[in-house]
Amino acid sequence: MSTAFNEMYLGPQIRPPYAQLESWMRAMPADLRRQKQAEAEALFRRIGITFAVYGEGGDPDRLIPFDMFPRVFTHSEWARLERGIKQRAQALNAFLVDVYGRAEIIRAGRIPPSLVYQNEAFEKSVVGFVPPKGVYSHIVGIDIVRTGPTDFFVLEDNCRTPSGVSYMLESREMMMRMFPDLFRENRIQPVDRYHDLLRRTLTSVAPQKCRHDPTVVILTPGHFNSAYYEHSFLADLMGVELVEGQDLFVEGEFVYMRTTQGPKRVDVIYRRLDDAYIDPLCFRPDSMLGIPGLMDVYRSGGVSICSAPGAGVADDKAVYTYVPEMIRFYLGEEPILNNVPTWQCAKPDDLGYVLDNLGELVVKEVHGSGGYGMLVGPKSTKEQVETFRHKILNDPANYIAQPTLALSATPTFVDEGVAPRHVDLRPYCLVGERIELVPGGLTRVALTEGSLVVNSSQGGGVKDTWVLAE
Amino acid sequence: MLSRTADNLYWIARYMERAETAARLLEVGARISLLPTAQGYRNEWESILQSTGTQDAFAAKYGEAVQRNIESFLFFDRDNPSSVASCITQARENGRIVRTALTGQVWDALNTAFQDLRQFERAPRNVLELSRLTDWTMKQAAMVRGAIDATLLRNDGYDFLNLGYALERGDATARLMDVKYYILLPRVGVAAGVENDQWTMLLRAMSLNRAFHWAYGGEVTAQKIAHFLILNPHCPRALVTCLSDTQTALARLSKAYAQGTEAQAKASALQAEFDSLTPERIFDEGLHEFLSRFIRQTAEIASLVHENYLSGDMR
Repeated sequence: MSTAFNEMYLGPQIRPPYAQLESWMRAMPADLRRQKQAEAEALFRRIGITFAVYGEGGDPDRLIPFDMFPRVFTHSEWARLERGIKQRAQALNAFLVDVYGRAEIIRAGRIPPSLVYQNEAFEKSVVGFVPPKGVYSHIVGIDIVRTGPTDFFVLEDNCRTPSGVSYMLESREMMMRMFPDLFRENRIQPVDRYHDLLRRTLTSVAPQKCRHDPTVVILTPGHFNSAYYEHSFLADLMGVELVEGQDLFVEGEFVYMRTTQGPKRVDVIYRRLDDAYIDPLCFRPDSMLGIPGLMDVYRSGGVSICSAPGAGVADDKAVYTYVPEMIRFYLGEEPILNNVPTWQCAKPDDLGYVLDNLGELVVKEVHGSGGYGMLVGPKSTKEQVETFRHKILNDPANYIAQPTLALSATPTFVDEGVAPRHVDLRPYCLVGERIELVPGGLTRVALTEGSLVVNSSQGGGVKDTWVLAE
Repeated sequence: MLSRTADNLYWIARYMERAETAARLLEVGARISLLPTAQGYRNEWESILQSTGTQDAFAAKYGEAVQRNIESFLFFDRDNPSSVASCITQARENGRIVRTALTGQVWDALNTAFQDLRQFERAPRNVLELSRLTDWTMKQAAMVRGAIDATLLRNDGYDFLNLGYALERGDATARLMDVKYYILLPRVGVAAGVENDQWTMLLRAMSLNRAFHWAYGGEVTAQKIAHFLILNPHCPRALVTCLSDTQTALARLSKAYAQGTEAQAKASALQAEFDSLTPERIFDEGLHEFLSRFIRQTAEIASLVHENYLSGDMR
């Protein structure tokens, strides 16, 4: 990937936002770098910010590698990203309200009905219900990649419960603690309002029947979940209870939590578990995680659930193709951020093209996430490609394909010094009464040379993301 | 506070105290095995197992009560829910679940104990001296307790921790005494020197042998020991002290929540009874009978605490 855009350089020139970092990097002796890196790791482990990888066994307290070289956006770059992200979050929510209502976009023939109604994530039990403020997805994580100085593409949308925001906040904490000088010398916009904005967003969507200061909780699947640290971190920052299903129960028209002083009413649930597990009466009867009767209370306006059940229909990889269409349809605007060109294997023409060019493409499962079950053509062996060909032929509708993008790279500390590594960006857009975004996001970095897979479950790392002030 | 949070805090305390008890027992057992007339004390290891209520589980897994097996069982064995390893792992897991209710220092102490433990588990057994393991355990317990006292808010969470500590500690003292109750009775046919060693072992198991001499002086007698471990409010592990700590925590909770509970009523009643107790009355009732009754009453308070606060069913 020698052609990839390195964000520090423009031709032979150092780009201005990186100028100061370049001299910082040059001035840092190798032993200081190693010492700081060890310090960071010790701090992360002590805080307990660890990440368990599904299905891999091994160390349940594995750390996500942290790279100390920040990634920088200028004020104007960010201004454009911010507009594009908010526009997208707004359109996705408009789409959700529409498909659970009159489905104008389908009537208008702009999106095929099968894509919505036969989608596993389409939630029949909420048809006709409009959540408070018309918001289904309150925290929208939009994965963005860059391929050139002004070229940004949206890789995917996460409308359910995008994770990783704790790494955005902790990476910043770590950098400010270890390199305070950098923050004196660069004008870096703070991200630490995130938890205030999140709390405000959640309280702004209190249910109809709530006539007091709403009680917000975070619902976690429990301490065995790989993102448990993040759940408890956010609860702690916002000063709200972190509950499990067993802590909540339904009585009459409301949901209560069990406290040492008896039942206490809960108004807004920021849930960090999937639809299928939140109410065994409505969804999976075998789930031990949920709260029986929750959906009845929800539909009668006794409690708000964030993200709203059914939000997942907007973020699968087949619906993704139509997001630019949604922006035009609901907002009457042109998309500020483009999609990556995508072939849908469900369409015979697209399928033909994909099979002919499998070695050049990235192929993903429509419902997959976390970098599992995907094929990166140019990085795969012949056998892997052939195995995937069979998978696709068995169930074409389950796959989409995209060109292998030349993801931008940023300077990253590696064993030998500093070298470019590929990155992506996940900002977290908050949607409630207002649409808000802190200036920053999670930059994930593929630490293996040449690798394009940045997922933390696949050995990716994280770095601090700076947005410079004007 | 969520009932589940209170429950986890309460169990952090119980598990840390339990780990410490297991370590003390190990230390005492090892010390007795070093005495010259060891054959007379062969069943000491068994009485140690008996005091933790795990002799059957031990016999089923290991058979004969030899030191190495006892060490494995009481320190490392995850199948034994009262082993040091099980207790510290549980306490840390409970801590992880209620991370938001703990300060960084308390979490750090719990997490450090757990990380060290994993190092021990990886090390070859022959480089781990028993004394190092028991010292380490007591140090970890002290670190956690110290972090709690130095950094935690004095709110209901603090009371639930104290409740766990006090109930577990009272139970441990009573059990330890109960296993040895016969040596505190006047007996015919046992040489005075032997009895003396056994008394010392009992005090040593609670790190109280020196404190005892400071408090009483002179000859060691059964009456004095019974008074010290049951009725002396200066003794940190005496039943009366644990009861008073239990009562304090429950009273604070009732006040904070502006609501009395059956648990508090029960603890008050028991404390009132202790106010009028003397060693003579205890020996009249029978030491074993008295201790059994105390263990039962403590368990009743614990189950009321569960009903009143931890189950979340209170209306």
